[in-house]
Amino acid sequence: MASLQFDAQGRLKHLLDIDGLSRAQLIELLDLAEVMHLRALRPNRKLPLLRGRTVCNLFFEPSTRTRTTFELAASRLSADVVNLDVGRSSTTKGESLLDTLATLEAMHCDLFVVRHFASGAAHFVAQHARPEVRVLNAGDGRHAHPTQALLDMYTIRRCKGTDFGALVVAIVGDLLHSRVARSDLLALRLLGVGELRLIGPKTLIPPSFEDYARIHTDLVQGLADADVVIALRLQRERMRGSFLPSEREYFRHFGLTEARLARAKPDCIVMHPGPMNRGVEIDSAVADGPRSVIVDQVRHGLAVRMAVMAAVLGAAPAQGEVP
Amino acid sequence: MSRTLGGVRWIDPERGIDQVVDVEVDHDGPRPRNTPSTDGGGERWLIPALIDLAARTREPGATHKADIASEARAAWANGIEAFALPPDTEPGIESTAVVELILERAARAGGARVLPIAALTAGRGEAALSEMAALTQAGCIAVGQFGRSLGNSAVLRRALQYAATLDLTVILQPLDPWLAEDACAHDGRIAARLGLPGIPESAETLALARDLMLIEETGVRAHIARLSCARSVDMIAAAKARGLPITCDVAMHQLFLSEHDLIGFDPNAHVLPPLRRPEDREALRAGVRYGVIDAICSDHSPHDRDAKLAPFPLTEAGISGLDTFLGLGLTLVHDGVLDLARWLECCALTPARILGYRRQGWLLLDPHADWAVVPERFHSRGRNTPFAGWRLPGAILERFPAAGPAPRPLHRSPPAGDAEDGRRPAPGATPGAGAQ
Repeated sequence: MASLQFDAQGRLKHLLDIDGLSRAQLIELLDLAEVMHLRALRPNRKLPLLRGRTVCNLFFEPSTRTRTTFELAASRLSADVVNLDVGRSSTTKGESLLDTLATLEAMHCDLFVVRHFASGAAHFVAQHARPEVRVLNAGDGRHAHPTQALLDMYTIRRCKGTDFGALVVAIVGDLLHSRVARSDLLALRLLGVGELRLIGPKTLIPPSFEDYARIHTDLVQGLADADVVIALRLQRERMRGSFLPSEREYFRHFGLTEARLARAKPDCIVMHPGPMNRGVEIDSAVADGPRSVIVDQVRHGLAVRMAVMAAVLGAAPAQGEVP
Repeated sequence: MSRTLGGVRWIDPERGIDQVVDVEVDHDGPRPRNTPSTDGGGERWLIPALIDLAARTREPGATHKADIASEARAAWANGIEAFALPPDTEPGIESTAVVELILERAARAGGARVLPIAALTAGRGEAALSEMAALTQAGCIAVGQFGRSLGNSAVLRRALQYAATLDLTVILQPLDPWLAEDACAHDGRIAARLGLPGIPESAETLALARDLMLIEETGVRAHIARLSCARSVDMIAAAKARGLPITCDVAMHQLFLSEHDLIGFDPNAHVLPPLRRPEDREALRAGVRYGVIDAICSDHSPHDRDAKLAPFPLTEAGISGLDTFLGLGLTLVHDGVLDLARWLECCALTPARILGYRRQGWLLLDPHADWAVVPERFHSRGRNTPFAGWRLPGAILERFPAAGPAPRPLHRSPPAGDAEDGRRPAPGATPGAGAQ
């Protein structure tokens, strides 16, 4: 699986998963995101790095925010952008996924940004795409969402510095169904996080996640002395699948409120991958409060996606060179 | 016209025979002489042809994947003289018309004997029982429930009572339909990491516990199909220890693969029941070795290319197993997991007893030939295998009878465990034939 992401020289070819990246590669991407971030603050925001290249956003699952940041990232790098919202219903079969791919390849797309409802879909596309085509995983089922993890790490680094070993990070919510959580915990481990805690009801945490972190079922205990809290989105269908009785009960036990965060460090930051369910996993007072860096995450998402696109297309500026 | 094969190692565990002899071959098949050979060291083996407890033809219903003729011939080409056909065809094996169609096409195709298993319930639903008497009269060798277990225990209990009334063998694959719902991998470390919806071990053990209770209560003759975890092996061992006359099997691929083979999302490793932990694989191997597990089947599930050409959770489950069945079995022998006699018991003698099938075929084998698994060269139309590129031992030099086993009426002989069973004469190679 790891080898699929790299070319024969070990350079990043596709970004499908955090699994398989080295610590150095991860830090290199974060550094590159910083370059892009600084550049994006300047008056002339466009960079010519991907001029003449075509980026295709291939979305098999509805998304507006993620797709928009990928689209904006591509256009900031001067690439041409094609958006294809395939939706879920028209492609329950793999043949049509490959057919879609073949059609877009015929249009000479250089990079596919793929979001799909099935775990492993980005790997599947990378395996079947033509060798010169690059693939970015924008979220596949429950499996991985590597650019979200990168932007989360970038946000933590900007707020808390590069010493992850000194940090206590808590991820709260539906870990079972969350590709964000899977990618975050791999990235945090790679960066040597001091302590990682996973908090939620037992219906929503795979027991084997003990391999990666300490599991807490008590929110207040889990938040004690935390430097970073990442809240996960709770989807409505979890109530229908009998994972939880009700949103109200979930909020009562696992909703992030100011009162519960009182146990965390005073300068603790609160993150959320969005879109938020206010009053379910997070209270509005927290979401809009001083600890929240949720809007920063979105801003960083743009820089991170620019960095990753430039990296996989071999167009990243040389180290130290701010274009 | 007869000819003599000198210095062949003749192995027939049913009669405790393992010796190097000269074999005379005539139109009735091989006739080993019961005097030790002076010719050669037994580099070639003469063994009973294999019997497979589960292989799918995909006909009727899905002939874009495979068909009766292709798979019956593929089976015999791979040394399998007969296989049981699970009722998960479309329509299912639940009307005499379907049974007749299958038997008629199989007879026309030649190759291995196809032994249909009738569905336990009508429409494989939970509303009504299948017409078991009519179906067995039409040629079904047993009745069974595959894929997911019946949810309604009352219906299952009555189905078992009714099958017991008719003295039928019932084959049950234990898998709780709700615990396995919408899932595609073992609910463990690997599925958690890959974000694949998981099937917990309890999906099998819960259904198995219920099945065992109902088997005991109804007294039906039953066979448990496709164990996948250590806990199930323990449960079967405990049931046998308290005297329950059950048999069980495991799919060949479960003895070689584990959940780790899903890393990289290889759709060819998508099977049902799912590949579980390496500890489970070891327990299954031990179960086969020490006799808790009675038989190994191919669980052959040929697919068309498109069925596996999708992201892992959207692919269809199953492995095309006929072409690797003998090679993998022989690998277990060469690796010291099973001794030769145990392998033949698990892949030929016991399956025949469970199905009440009278064996007739023999294979002349070069057990040390070494070949690479190339799916494009499979005899089966199904090319879906996770074993591509593996090197496996064993080449079939000759099959007896060359044209495939002769059609004979399928009437149940005494079931597994019957004392007389092992004494059934094998066609073409009766003991001491050379001296008669």
